[in-house]
Amino acid sequence: MSDAVTSQVPAADGDRAWRRRAMALLPWLLLALGAAAPFYLSGYNLSLLGRFMAFGILAMGIVLIWGHGGILSLGQGVFFGIGAYAMAMHMKLAAAGDGQLPDFMMWSGREALPWWWEPFASPVFAILAVFLLPALLAALFSWLVFYRRVSGVYFALITQALALAFATLLISRQDVTGGFNGLTNFPSLFGLSLADQTVRDGLYWTTLALAALGYAGLRWLLATRFGNLLRAARDAENRIRFLGYNPVPFKVVAFAIAGMLAGVGGALFTMHAGNISPALVGVVPSIEMVIWAAVGGRYSLAGALVAAVALNILRDSVSSAFPELWLYLIGLVFILTVTLLPNGVAGLARRVSRR
Amino acid sequence: MSGPLLLAVDGITVDFDGFKALDTFSMTLDKGETRVVIGPNGAGKSTLCDAIIGRVRPAAGRVLFRGEDLTGLSEQAIVERGICRKFQAPGILAGITARENVALAARRDRSWWQAFGKGIPAEEQASVDAVLERVGLADRAEVKAGELAHGEKQWLEIGMVLATGAELVLLDEPTAGMGPAETSRTAELIRDLGDTRSVIVIDHDMSFVEQLAAPVTVMHQGRFLKQGSVEAVRADPEVISVYLGHSA
Repeated sequence: MSDAVTSQVPAADGDRAWRRRAMALLPWLLLALGAAAPFYLSGYNLSLLGRFMAFGILAMGIVLIWGHGGILSLGQGVFFGIGAYAMAMHMKLAAAGDGQLPDFMMWSGREALPWWWEPFASPVFAILAVFLLPALLAALFSWLVFYRRVSGVYFALITQALALAFATLLISRQDVTGGFNGLTNFPSLFGLSLADQTVRDGLYWTTLALAALGYAGLRWLLATRFGNLLRAARDAENRIRFLGYNPVPFKVVAFAIAGMLAGVGGALFTMHAGNISPALVGVVPSIEMVIWAAVGGRYSLAGALVAAVALNILRDSVSSAFPELWLYLIGLVFILTVTLLPNGVAGLARRVSRR
Repeated sequence: MSGPLLLAVDGITVDFDGFKALDTFSMTLDKGETRVVIGPNGAGKSTLCDAIIGRVRPAAGRVLFRGEDLTGLSEQAIVERGICRKFQAPGILAGITARENVALAARRDRSWWQAFGKGIPAEEQASVDAVLERVGLADRAEVKAGELAHGEKQWLEIGMVLATGAELVLLDEPTAGMGPAETSRTAELIRDLGDTRSVIVIDHDMSFVEQLAAPVTVMHQGRFLKQGSVEAVRADPEVISVYLGHSA
């Protein structure tokens, strides 16, 4: 629509083409800037950036399901938590050493490792679990709901209940989950010391690479017929149903991919932060995750990735000075975005580049 | 015009919490036949379409297509048997081009694992072009469907329904919101379909119905009322009292 208006102003054409080229270069610029971060950031700040980038991986999954699939999940913290706990359990077992119980289990008076902890001693199993466990659980859960043709706000409410139940379960099973404190105190990762800055740089680059891979993979996916059908299931579910498509698997696959990205984000977060607790996976964090995508632009992968990083940098600086202020501030940012920028910051950027 | 029997709606009743949208309604349609279904608002015309395509489940009765009972089949299975419906409000996918819309409908394998590709498979290109030509959108094929004019959207959805290869095509008010010139073009398009497809058209624009020159079934309060040519139906005193009387 803005094209029709601007085409009457031929003088602006060259300017527009330049701006469009600049927009196309932006992801590469960000990638270069990100890749060089270990050379200009302190170890502490690099770890923060890695953590926030892990959030960004999750936020891109929200763009897939919410922006393109019309599926609002208020329970992404659950899949984030599953990935995070899977990795934390492995690191906890590695820290305890062969045949030993993790410290918190001994404090709780447990005598033996629960059977479902045992396979996480294997690093290969733990890595597979980080990718597959959230994806499979997301697929199973969403299939059960979508198969019954439950959608919209009802789906959002069910996912919120799921987040509440998950956090409550973690807190209540202190002896096997670490309870309210969660899991913490991991000195090493796959046999490498996490005190070593080269290891931490490597972890950061791994995070960046997975974020870039997630971005590229989702961009490709959204450009395929699968992307078209996912958007069709969002806008005209009945139409595609009566063209002979079953919309359910399209939504389930998208939800599983978003669950996997959340799980990978959770595992990376745990490795950077050195802890995971129920406070990071419950109802409030799950809502915050949706806000990252909303502020960045729920149709924009890059927007959500950048917003997740930027909002968390903001959060870090605000809550170190005024801890109680953050929830009010993010609430305000959310309201302003929804009312003034329905397509988020990315929508604004796109409008400017086309002007 | 009349080949062997294709569709038999056999005494179906659709009950919405005590309100009978369809009440032991029956009709038959032959292969290659075009039929117009008319009736006042609430007569059950759209519910008839819903029952045929499996959107509502009848409380009693059967829908037989080529002798096979469709009641209880999934929506996808019914489309696979060769029935497709155009909805009243154009159900097009606004964000993609007219060609991509038709291509999605023309896909032979509609499973999700076949969707991880881009563009239109070469073997489906020709049928997509043919459909776009047929509904008069060949030169508008690359326009985003959401930017098409209202009448063009209706034709696009007719095109999508045709692209599925359906043998029985249900068109629910295909001329809703169209001017007289567009309505005439639509009537021409539907008359041409009669060669290869069986068509049920629902409408209440009598000038459009006349242009279709097809037998008319009249419904009233979920029941079969009359059947005959447009002229015969128009002259029927019972039809006049329930339908034309209301609209006049």
